[in-house]
Amino acid sequence: MQIVVLVKPVPDPAAGAERLTPDGQLDRAASPAVVNANDEYALEAALKLVTAHGGEVSLVSMAPAAAPETMRKALAMGAHRGLLVTDDALPGACTLSTTRVLAAALRDLEFDLLLAGADTSDGGAGVVPAGVAALLGLPYLSYAAKIEPSPDAGTVRVHRIAPNGFDVLEAPMPALVVCTQALGEPRYPSLKGIMAARSRELATKGLADLGVSSDEASGAVATTRVVDSTTPPPRPPTRVIREPADEAARQLVAFMAERRLI
Amino acid sequence: MPGSIWVHGEIGADGGLARISTEVATVGRALAEAGGRELVGVVVSAEPAAAAAELARFVPRVMAMTEPTTADHAAGTIVGQRLAALAQREQPDYIVTGAGAEGRDLAGVLSALLGWGVLANATSASWSDDGPLVVMSVFGGKLNTTSGFTGSRGIVTVRPNVATAEPAATPGSVEPVSVEGELSLPMVKVVDRIEEATAAAPIEEAKVIVAGGRGIGGPDGFTMVQELAGLLHGAVGATRAAVDSGWIGYSQQIGQTGKIVKPQLYLALGVSGAIQHKVGMQTAETIVAINRDPDAPIADFADVVVVGDLFEVVPALIAELRARQV
Repeated sequence: MQIVVLVKPVPDPAAGAERLTPDGQLDRAASPAVVNANDEYALEAALKLVTAHGGEVSLVSMAPAAAPETMRKALAMGAHRGLLVTDDALPGACTLSTTRVLAAALRDLEFDLLLAGADTSDGGAGVVPAGVAALLGLPYLSYAAKIEPSPDAGTVRVHRIAPNGFDVLEAPMPALVVCTQALGEPRYPSLKGIMAARSRELATKGLADLGVSSDEASGAVATTRVVDSTTPPPRPPTRVIREPADEAARQLVAFMAERRLI
Repeated sequence: MPGSIWVHGEIGADGGLARISTEVATVGRALAEAGGRELVGVVVSAEPAAAAAELARFVPRVMAMTEPTTADHAAGTIVGQRLAALAQREQPDYIVTGAGAEGRDLAGVLSALLGWGVLANATSASWSDDGPLVVMSVFGGKLNTTSGFTGSRGIVTVRPNVATAEPAATPGSVEPVSVEGELSLPMVKVVDRIEEATAAAPIEEAKVIVAGGRGIGGPDGFTMVQELAGLLHGAVGATRAAVDSGWIGYSQQIGQTGKIVKPQLYLALGVSGAIQHKVGMQTAETIVAINRDPDAPIADFADVVVVGDLFEVVPALIAELRARQV
């Protein structure tokens, strides 16, 4: 099986250094980058699937030119190759431009499954995978807790997380599957993986290579813009209750009653 | 005449209107009133009648489209194609939908098919000369941004619990609509629906959430969490540590790779409050933590912290609440 995983370098949420540039774009220089957490679940799922069924995993990312370092980390987990789409016209691109660029990059690739994370920790719109599937005419199976391909039948089954359990979806491959944490904990790169990642192919393409004009997708044609940003007001000071359990419970119930929460 | 504002009526688990859509309709109505735009509800489903009638309590006019294929196929792509075709005919300027799983699937398809931008995860929306302005909480709540569309059309997704649903003064009407044309995108069949016996109350829309973290210690501890949640008419939430340990299902997880919630009361039991969890719950109106460690990060942003053994404090709290209810 050939599996493509969409990955995005995002500011490390744990570092807490995210900020915007004066013109309202994400300041990618301000914060160390990591692979978006939901994309790691997608990559882990892909690696398990090729272990079970054979095949290879390729990464596709649209990111700034400095992204290879982050993509090497994803390669070190075991992906076989990567494609980075980067272009001076892309900073400030909106979700629609991202959708169009990724669709153009994927159009030339052959794969059975295309996996994407449910959303990213920076933008967080969670709309790009559905758009990519629509532009490529791929079956779209979202919010997967389980992925079961049948390579012989050329179909894939997915347990989609639903309000009361799961919807079991089935579609022919190639198909796009949106991945969640329910698929399982991502592996840590092994030393062997880190060494191997250094020699794995990491290709770079620009908009012209994909035949995409900057009128279709770029920062200049962004459909949305940030007009203002404010720091939320700090939460009020914390009240600390250090009493024996019964008294603490009484005070807590009084507090909740005062706030009309019970 | 400037184009109308559409609000999408999502189908809920019971086949009626999803609660998020009553909030979406309320946000959409405020935008339409401020912008002097017509407000229209849209429902696309195999059986749209119940949801459309409910949506008409909130908006003056609802277009209901019967689309039989959604009965046994994944709905997002189908509804997206039908709404895109309807929008190309009727020419609305803005479409507002929920920011949950269904709304995101729909917004992505609509954006790609119509070539419209998306302002996602709105926590509030207002009207300006350039159309809607949407406030979003970004970077794990460190910043609130206000964003608008660069053109005159777009899609807005609205987070649950950011608006209080208010029916309109006078109920609206429902009219059936249909669009020509085939569904050209591939369909995804629903071959089975698995109901989980242990399915817990959904957390996204809960007014009260009682969440358990690593300090809960195991699946048995969640029985206590469940009991407290039941007494408070709330839902059970969890941290990633508790979910990864298999103590509770992923659908209850709050945080960076789980759900983002905004309840009136968030009661955190044995939850340290690491940034990955904090981003999912810090906008809760009231946060109460019960934790052994007074220096846990959650003590920095909770309204009240009870320092103590949760296996003593929670049973005492349950007893106190029961005594109150008698």
